Amino acid sequence: MTHRTIRVGGLTRVEGEGGLLVRARGGRVAEVRLEIYEPPRFFEALLRGRSWTEAPDLTARVCGICPVAYQMSACQALESLCGVTVDGPLRDLRLLLYYGEWIESHALHIHLLHAPDFLGYPSGIAMAAGHRAEVERGLALKKAGNELVAAVGGRAVHPVNVRVGGFYRAPGRAELAPVAERLRHALDAALETVAWVSGFDFPDVEHDYRFLALRHPAEYAVLSGEVAVSDGPGLPVRRWPVEEWPGHVAEEQVPYSTALRARLDGRPGYLTGPLARYALNAGRLSPAAARAAAEAGLGPVCRNPYRTIVVRAVETVHACEEALRLLAAYTPPDPPALPVEPRAGVGHGASEAPRGTLYHRYRVDEAGLITEAAIVPPTAQNQARIEDDLRALVEPRLDLPAERLAALCEAAVRNHDPCISCSAHFLDLRVSHE
Amino acid sequence: MTGSRTKAPRVAVWKFASCDGCQLTLLDCEDELLALAAEVDLAYFLEAGSARGPGPYDLSLVEGSITTPADARRIRHVRRVSRKLVTIGACATAGGVQALRDLAGVRAFASLVYPRPDHIRALERSAPVSAYVPVDFELRGCPIDKGQLLEVVGAFLAGRRPVVPRHSVCVECKARGNPCVLVARGVACLGPVTRAGCGALCPAFGRGCFGCFGPSESPNAAALNARLRAGGLDDDELARLYRTFNAGVTGGCGDA
Repeated sequence: MTHRTIRVGGLTRVEGEGGLLVRARGGRVAEVRLEIYEPPRFFEALLRGRSWTEAPDLTARVCGICPVAYQMSACQALESLCGVTVDGPLRDLRLLLYYGEWIESHALHIHLLHAPDFLGYPSGIAMAAGHRAEVERGLALKKAGNELVAAVGGRAVHPVNVRVGGFYRAPGRAELAPVAERLRHALDAALETVAWVSGFDFPDVEHDYRFLALRHPAEYAVLSGEVAVSDGPGLPVRRWPVEEWPGHVAEEQVPYSTALRARLDGRPGYLTGPLARYALNAGRLSPAAARAAAEAGLGPVCRNPYRTIVVRAVETVHACEEALRLLAAYTPPDPPALPVEPRAGVGHGASEAPRGTLYHRYRVDEAGLITEAAIVPPTAQNQARIEDDLRALVEPRLDLPAERLAALCEAAVRNHDPCISCSAHFLDLRVSHE
Repeated sequence: MTGSRTKAPRVAVWKFASCDGCQLTLLDCEDELLALAAEVDLAYFLEAGSARGPGPYDLSLVEGSITTPADARRIRHVRRVSRKLVTIGACATAGGVQALRDLAGVRAFASLVYPRPDHIRALERSAPVSAYVPVDFELRGCPIDKGQLLEVVGAFLAGRRPVVPRHSVCVECKARGNPCVLVARGVACLGPVTRAGCGALCPAFGRGCFGCFGPSESPNAAALNARLRAGGLDDDELARLYRTFNAGVTGGCGDA
């Protein structure tokens, strides 16, 4: 078999549209391309000339699954530009909103998108036939996250309550009480989910990932922190402030993809997201999450991409527990936003979207109009590393039947929950043997 | 056995240029999703599952705007294999936030974002689905409302027209008992010319409506604009207020 082409039309159970091409020559993989053909939407261009106050609402539209991440990175970039730090109860309310997004996004990915791979179903909905209780539990967990986002942000998709400096209105304690009640059940559900997914049958694979994630002095970083980088097993962790991002991370364009691809310190192929966060921050997990991680057998670092589902479940426990803690201590911040006055300059902001670090940079003029914007989403950072994972997967299996190989590739891509519409969306596999 | 049960209606969900938020709204029907899945055959829904059941489909839900030559061909295919076609969300009904490029020109935009804009295949316009094929119903919103989505799907499966309001957000605001942010606090608000559907969410959070659901029926934008100008908005600010997620809407409101 000297020439062989395998194609899968459209990557499913991911957010967006992408394809995959594998070229083999003489039994070796010559090239792997994650082809993101999501139509480009030009956000960085359409932000030019807009008011600095509009960035949170406009950039939320990059992604329907993690709009809060876009709003938080945008707000923090603009606040740092204006010399304002949102702290105390206002920051707590932001964290609460963000935990809601982590819960809904992780619950969606775990139950509807990822678990079917391990249990042999085409979808979460089909999986309900054999695992109805687990699917219903997942939906209830997801609903708890969505309700938290809606209670703080106004609605689950594209929240309306976020502004530079804080919020338009701080919800009253009574408004949040029903959410707290649901979150108590959600915490139990999340713990059960860790136990469920940690019992899946995981391929025995480990990669020497280079990890990038935010790191916060006191928290399992979600909303803010320094950028931490681990270049590999046994190497020291390097840290630098978010403002130094442009000196470390550069984006390049590859002709086959509408998503730009990031390099870290000159080299492509690093990983951001749950495995990176866990490797760099596991010591800061909430008590229940730390126990759940230990019981799931995760260890201090997890380099098995298939076990991202376990890490996501642990992070869901963390988000539920922390959200409950914040809710118990909640008093509505008054006023609901700090005064922020625009000034000319450049601001950088980063936060941990469910899929990984999301960086924003804005240049603003004296009138408060955006003159330049840069957004580096998690998928653009992970793209090259996902290609490396695929190369390692495909090479020893080039003789497998096309359909089987394609299914394995899709599953390997889903480990990383790529948000393809963020990066520019889904998967078409072609393997050509030359 | 034959004829003892009707065949489940086949539903397809398609994505074009968009953020996935509107199809996610279907998955966000947490309490109704499994019940709905028992009533219909979700034959094509890539975000939710690997099933790629062939057409024809009884109902296609289409998210996203048409922005590339390949998608212009694909939407014609979707129309051919769909008995009813419903667009969901501001992108599919009005071109979406990405239609802001129509004002500047797509080449100018591409060269701002990509080092090699020549590798990017994009149409000059980010167009609504109706610019390419006949559409049976347009559901508005950025994002769409979950209750409205269930109404639309239910109505089409029952063979009736969906019941969704065409009046303005102001009506919802009054029903909700919100004080008018424009009158009481001088906050710029597009509520008077924006279609209802969100439940007057923004005013309930103390901010002005920013037009997610697009124009209401017979909007009197001229009157609103006079009021907004009198309140201190200059022409650029007024233009930005209208030019967000529904900027590409045809016959839209706003003389800005």
